[in-house]
Parts: sequence; C-alpha cells; structure tokens
Amino acid sequence: MSFWNDPLKAAADWLTGVFVGWGMNEVAAHVLVVFLGVFVLIMILMVIDILLVWIERKVVARFQDRIGPNRLGPFGLIQPFADIIKLLIKEDTTPDGADKVVYNLAPMLSMMSVLILWAVVPLAPVMTGVDLNTGLLFIIAAGSIGTLSIIMGGWSSNNKFSVIGAFRQVAVMISFEVPMLAVMLIPTIFAGSMGVNAIIQSQDIWYVWLSPLAAVIFMIAAIAELGRAPFDLSEGESELVSGFNIEYSGMKFGMFYAGELLHAFTFGGFWGILFFGGYRFFGLENVSFIFAILILLVKAMIGYWIIMWVKYTMMRIRIDHMLAFNWKFLTPLAFALVIVTALMNALMQGAPAWLYVAGMFLSNIVVAWAALEIVRAAGRRERERVEGVKVVEAAHH
Amino acid sequence: MTTEQIIFLIVGAVTLLSALMVVTARDLVHAALWLVATLFGVAVVYTLLNAGFLAVVQVVVYIGAIAILFIFAVMLTRRQTSKDTGPAVNKNWWLGALLAALTFAGLFSLLQGWSGFSKTASAFPSGFDAVNELGLALVSPTGYVLPFEVASVLLVAALVGAVYLAFNKK
Repeated sequence: MSFWNDPLKAAADWLTGVFVGWGMNEVAAHVLVVFLGVFVLIMILMVIDILLVWIERKVVARFQDRIGPNRLGPFGLIQPFADIIKLLIKEDTTPDGADKVVYNLAPMLSMMSVLILWAVVPLAPVMTGVDLNTGLLFIIAAGSIGTLSIIMGGWSSNNKFSVIGAFRQVAVMISFEVPMLAVMLIPTIFAGSMGVNAIIQSQDIWYVWLSPLAAVIFMIAAIAELGRAPFDLSEGESELVSGFNIEYSGMKFGMFYAGELLHAFTFGGFWGILFFGGYRFFGLENVSFIFAILILLVKAMIGYWIIMWVKYTMMRIRIDHMLAFNWKFLTPLAFALVIVTALMNALMQGAPAWLYVAGMFLSNIVVAWAALEIVRAAGRRERERVEGVKVVEAAHH
Repeated sequence: MTTEQIIFLIVGAVTLLSALMVVTARDLVHAALWLVATLFGVAVVYTLLNAGFLAVVQVVVYIGAIAILFIFAVMLTRRQTSKDTGPAVNKNWWLGALLAALTFAGLFSLLQGWSGFSKTASAFPSGFDAVNELGLALVSPTGYVLPFEVASVLLVAALVGAVYLAFNKK
C-alpha cells in the first residue's frame, strides 16, 4: 500500500535495499538511487520531447489548414522517430574559425537549462525532485543559463548572422526576465512561499481567479523567454537565415530545437502550476498519483497549445517595438500589479475568502483597465502629433 | 572524510582552477566564460553552506546579469583584438604573489583564533525557513532595514544616473 501513497520513496527504499543487499555502501547506494531517479525522469522527458515534435507539427498544420505528417505510421506518429534518425546520421559540421569547445558546449547547456527546470516541478503531491523554498528564483536562474548557451552558440559559430541572432535573443531574454520575475512575486504573495509545491498546495482557489492579469503577463513573458513568435526575432528567416543556430547541423541543431519545444512545454507546465493549481483538480490528485501526473501533463499541454496558438497566429514584431513594449508597458504594468496586489493582500488580511477573491479580481481589472487607458491616450496623442504634422505639410504645398 | 567534505574539496578545486583560468586565458570571451564557471562554483559553495537563497541569487545576478553583460561588452569589441598575445605577467608579478600569500596567511592566522573555525555548523532546527528569516531580518527595524534601504537608494541613484547619461537631449 505504501507504494500507492508515496511511490518515489517506496521505490527508492526498495532499490536502496537491493543495492545494500549486494554489499554496497549505504551512502553510495543512496547517491546511485537518486542518480537513477534523475536519469529516469530525463528519459521520460526526452520521450515526451520526441512526441512534442509530432504534436507541434500536427497543430501548426491544423492552423495552416494542412494535415501535417500523415505517411509514416498511424497519424504520422513514426515521423518524429524518422526525423531523429535523420538528424543522428547527418554530417556533423563545424564551421571554419569556430571556437570548438564553446561551439560544442552550447547545445548541451541549452538542453540542460530546460531539463534542470524539472528538478523543482512537483509531479504529484509527494512526487517532487527537490522542494526548494526558492523554487521560483530557481526557474529564473535556469533561464539565465539558457541565455548563456545562446550567447555561446552565436558567438562561437564565427558567423555574423548567428551573432546578430544571439544578440537579439539575449536582448529579448534579459528584458522579459524582469516582468516575469515581478509577476512570479504575485503567486508568492498569495502563497507566502517561493516553493513550487507550497504554491500548488495553497491554491484552493486557482490563482488565475485572484490575478488574471498576472497570468496573462506571465504567458507573454514566457513566450518571449522562449523566443517564439511574435518574439522570434532571433530567427528572422528572411533576414538572419535562422539566428544563433545557423551553423549547427545534425543532432546539435536537434538539441537546440528539442530544447525549445521542451522549454515551451515546461513553461506551459509552469503556467499551469502558478495559476491553474498544478496537479490539483477537485481532489482528484489525492486519489492516485497517476491522476495527479496526468492532470499536470494535461495542464502543461493546454499551456503549450496556447503558446503554439499565439506562435502561429501572430506576426513577428520588430526589435524596437519589442523593447518598447517590454520596458514601457509590460515592466511598469507588472510592477504596478505587484504593488497593488501586495497592498490589497495587506488590506484584506482578515477578510472572508469570497471577499478576498472578489477584491483581488476587481483590483486586477482596474489595473488592466487603467494601463490600457494610459496606452490609448498615449496612442491618441502620438496620432494627433503625426497627423498634425501632415496637415502642416499639406498647407505648405 | 564526509561526503560533504569531498564535494567541497572538488568544488573548491574547480572554482580555484577556473579563477586561475580567468586571469590566464588568452581569449577574452574564454576568460568571461571561465568567470561564469567560477561564479557557479561559488554558488555551489553557498548551497553547501545551506544558503540556498544566496546560491540562486548568485546565479541570477552574477551569471544571469553581470557575466552576460560582460560577455556582451567583450563580443561588441573586435574579435582580432580580443586575443591577447603579449606577455601574461609584468615584472612586478612576484610582488603581487607575495601580497596575495601574505593576505592569505594573515586571514588564516586571524581565523584560527576564532572559536568557530574548527567547529562543524549545527543543523537547522526543523521548520526553520531560511528565506523567511532572511526576509524578516531585512525589513525588521531591529534587523537590517537601514542598510537594506540605503542600498536600495544607492541602486536607484545609479539607475537615475545611467538614465541621465543615456538620455538623448533633444
């Protein structure tokens, strides 16, 4: 019965017992079991990653009124495996003048920065890698390693397009880290903890109802962090060919590509965790850990689907628009929202739950409305200024 | 030797080696990447000291912001000039080495007089939340609220100064 209550611990205890029975040191056995656990998690994630390629291609096909992969296997399900074999047997090229060590390290770091995120993801109430009390900061820290991998890949390729792509991507990533971190403070305020599991446990009411604006800002910042459309200026096929990963071939390119897909899926998962209750769904998570994992996967898939939906619907925006949008709109808005949420939280400390939720929801609506009004007024002023100039020009002619 | 000591020795050796590589690497970008490795090693040392918050902040601030800006600055300069071909040390190298050795010896002898030098740290009491304690200490009047606020004012002043310098006067 203990297996069904706490499968990780039961399995780990059993395995440790086996290893100790073989005459292994207890500490060494423990280290080996933890290592095996990490290994299994990464294996599962990589298999999911292979299927994500198929899902992404099927979804984009639907958005573009096509069928997508449909030749190999049922619904084209064998296609991603064929693609991987192709990537593996492709020639592995290194450009002239490339910095070999850095060049080869970059795809690994890129994949690593995504996989390391899953260390803090609680799959079920009792199934979590590490329950860090700084879990949210850990996510940002892992993102900065991803930024580093892009710089390394872009610079070491010895190609001006890849350097420009890397610059753009890093500019996007370090800008959108700011509103993302600010918005992550909002679930922290509600839960009173930065631990990911504590945030899920305290979501008797999904935080999206308490702070819908924070959920929207988080999603926008996550899409930018992923470098997906409309923030995919690092790729810019028409100007930069493909961005920081131009020179990579075969599986090294595959690592960047797979890393991007898994990153999108992971951020879909974090969206679900921070604002939609993670593995919780009306007490179903307490029935069995299998349900909890399934609920989390479904929520991650929904988040991933929204990321894809945005990607295949929006046009790419220019870098100055992107920076202005972030620094003049999203960052101030995120900070204002944090201040308002913190103040409301302090004011309504003793209030009943329904009043708390209603107050939070309304304050979010007010902040969003005020922000949009300010932007609208600024837009109207700008339009009048530009059109006024035109009128003067017309008078001169 | 405990497991923690072994891990500490490995991490310390890697950190010191990368720190050495920072000052000896010929390529500036390589030096910056070795610096990232050094800072990462320091973050691991923080983790070993049970200061998880400091470790994560170390990665976010030093690797995520400072090291990346550093690499940016290096990359924006021309690549031919970034490779240093001159001699690695000047004629005063022995003076620097002597000063470093003296500082290390001085700190070592000072710390030996401290009672906590040879003690192992006691474990946290159960239910102790280091992040919570740190947050409370930073905002409580009996704690560090004044230094915290002064540091914030300093940062805002730096920010305003940077904006003023970069501001395009029309």
